[in-house]
Amino acid sequence: MSEKQKKATAYWKENVRYLFILLSIWFSVSFGAGILFKNALNTIKIGGFELGFWFAQQGSIYVFVVLIFVYVRLMNKLDKKYGYNV
Amino acid sequence: MSVQVWTYLLVGITFTLYIGIAIWSRAGSTKDFYVAGGGVSPLANGMATAADWMSAASFISMAGIIAFAGYDGSVYLMGWTGGYVLLALLLAPYLRKFGKFTVPDFIGDRYYSNTARLVAVFCALIVSFTYVAGQMRGVGVVFSRFLQVDINTGVVIGMIIVLFYAVLGGMKGITYTQVAQYCVLIFAFMVPAIFISFQMTGNPVPQLGMGSTLNDGSGTYLMDRLNGLSTELGFEEYTDGSKSVMDVFAITLALMVGTAGLPHVIVRFFTVKRVKDARKSAGLALLLIAILYTTAPAVSVFAKMNLIDTVSNEQYSQMPVWFKNWEETGLLTFNDKNKDGVIQYVADEDRNELIVDNDIMVLANPEIANLPAWVIALVAAGGLAAALSTAAGLLLVISASVSHDLIKKVFKPNISEKGELWAARGAATVAVVIAGYFGINPPGFVAAVVALAFGLAAASFFPAIVLGIFYKKMNKEGAIGGMIVGICLMLFYMAKFKLGWLGEIPDKSEWWFGISPEGFGTVAMIVNFIVALTINKFTPAPPSQVQEIVENIRIPSGEGKAVEH
Repeated sequence: MSEKQKKATAYWKENVRYLFILLSIWFSVSFGAGILFKNALNTIKIGGFELGFWFAQQGSIYVFVVLIFVYVRLMNKLDKKYGYNV
Repeated sequence: MSVQVWTYLLVGITFTLYIGIAIWSRAGSTKDFYVAGGGVSPLANGMATAADWMSAASFISMAGIIAFAGYDGSVYLMGWTGGYVLLALLLAPYLRKFGKFTVPDFIGDRYYSNTARLVAVFCALIVSFTYVAGQMRGVGVVFSRFLQVDINTGVVIGMIIVLFYAVLGGMKGITYTQVAQYCVLIFAFMVPAIFISFQMTGNPVPQLGMGSTLNDGSGTYLMDRLNGLSTELGFEEYTDGSKSVMDVFAITLALMVGTAGLPHVIVRFFTVKRVKDARKSAGLALLLIAILYTTAPAVSVFAKMNLIDTVSNEQYSQMPVWFKNWEETGLLTFNDKNKDGVIQYVADEDRNELIVDNDIMVLANPEIANLPAWVIALVAAGGLAAALSTAAGLLLVISASVSHDLIKKVFKPNISEKGELWAARGAATVAVVIAGYFGINPPGFVAAVVALAFGLAAASFFPAIVLGIFYKKMNKEGAIGGMIVGICLMLFYMAKFKLGWLGEIPDKSEWWFGISPEGFGTVAMIVNFIVALTINKFTPAPPSQVQEIVENIRIPSGEGKAVEH
């Protein structure tokens, strides 16, 4: 494997690892907190919100937005590390 | 000034603005026409994507649907936003690096096959046409309610406006009008929401107002009062749904994956300069969408409370003017079954006397809350902006599929740049006329199919694109087989359980795995993946230059601009 290919493979591996972590969070806030564990979380109340309901109609959306911006930051750093930012 | 005058004024101003922008940003080349020259800034693209994405359904119908469905409505909120995470992480950056003009372009080149390209074109056309007919209908409804013109005249006016800027400006014209349309629609959605939130809870931020106590000095939380009222009237608790967990799960996933697979959304990411910009603009798009999507459930709660407070157990003769206005449109009906002159709004169908259409909740909300005339007019202008921006984006996908994917790539490869541009304009014109026809004579199944367009996109495009990027050894036999089996399975399930084309529609208890047709895209997508990977195992690997393409799109640098043809 050439030096160039090695670099590309290492970059891709780190990228996929980021995706795995971020998508796990994506799954847990929506399908986890908002759907599968909604009833259990609804016993907890914050202000006027039952927590499971809040995740389903508000919380998951905020987390989605944050996830994409975290990804943007991580990838910009990663691009720089491997010199792919030019 | 009356609502009518305000509406004419605001709609007139916004339409003039859209036309002005279209003239200023005419398309000079096919690259301008398909991808706005490939030089749109991430913020402009984020705004355009948000307007492109938020259709008449998001603006007009969604809050109303949630108001009546309560927790079950969460599938739309999570489904239509969560898809952007998939889009940003799994698709947009790589498709931008690939740097062509359309989704069938990617499928055709990545799977080195014109058959794959044609299957993709077919899927793109089905998805886009069903969707666009719904938009033209939305335009007609807003016109007829607020400007008192006939629905059909409304559709024709909408057609002319869209035709003007889509045909003249292509993607370039559409992008900059969508930026303006985003501003109009978000302002129009937020202003009444802020007013009402402040009225009901004293908190001007709707997202927080929803979880606050009522403004009446009782100290009761709004959500608790609504849950209480709902049970009193015999409905499910608002925060508790009636759909099964399995079905909610499947519908949410189908909507998410479908969102990520919709060609008119994906194509927006071909318009930015670099891979980096594609990622950033996906984030900005979701942020701008989230403003509306986190406000909508609050609007639902406010509207439901206001509605119950205004009508439940009140004298029919005492109803405010808006009640009579909406009765005339047929979207609100009162039938005094027990002849006591009082409105009974309850869950029990035999005793319930009031039927309220979902679409009223957003459109009538400002009137119900007694807001000033200009706010009511603003909502009309916002609804039009939402419908027109989405319609234009879809028309572009249709015209590019015909002029670029079919004519240029398959039937007449040596067509000149100028010829292709004219073919694109011609295809856009024909598409507007067909969409308008469906808007005026909606086939009975359109409304049902729009919701299922996501299932179709999930079942066809998403697996093919994801495998194309993340699995280097994925070959054309597998991808084509997966797409065909996926979309056919979805069409079959729709035909059997939703449209009743295969005899009587079977009872819910016969749904496979207890999953509704809306959620079946999830199953069809999984089947697509399985079929594709299985066929792939027994057929030859893709040629080495295709594997090199895949290695190349995984790396963000190099080739800064969209590849010229």
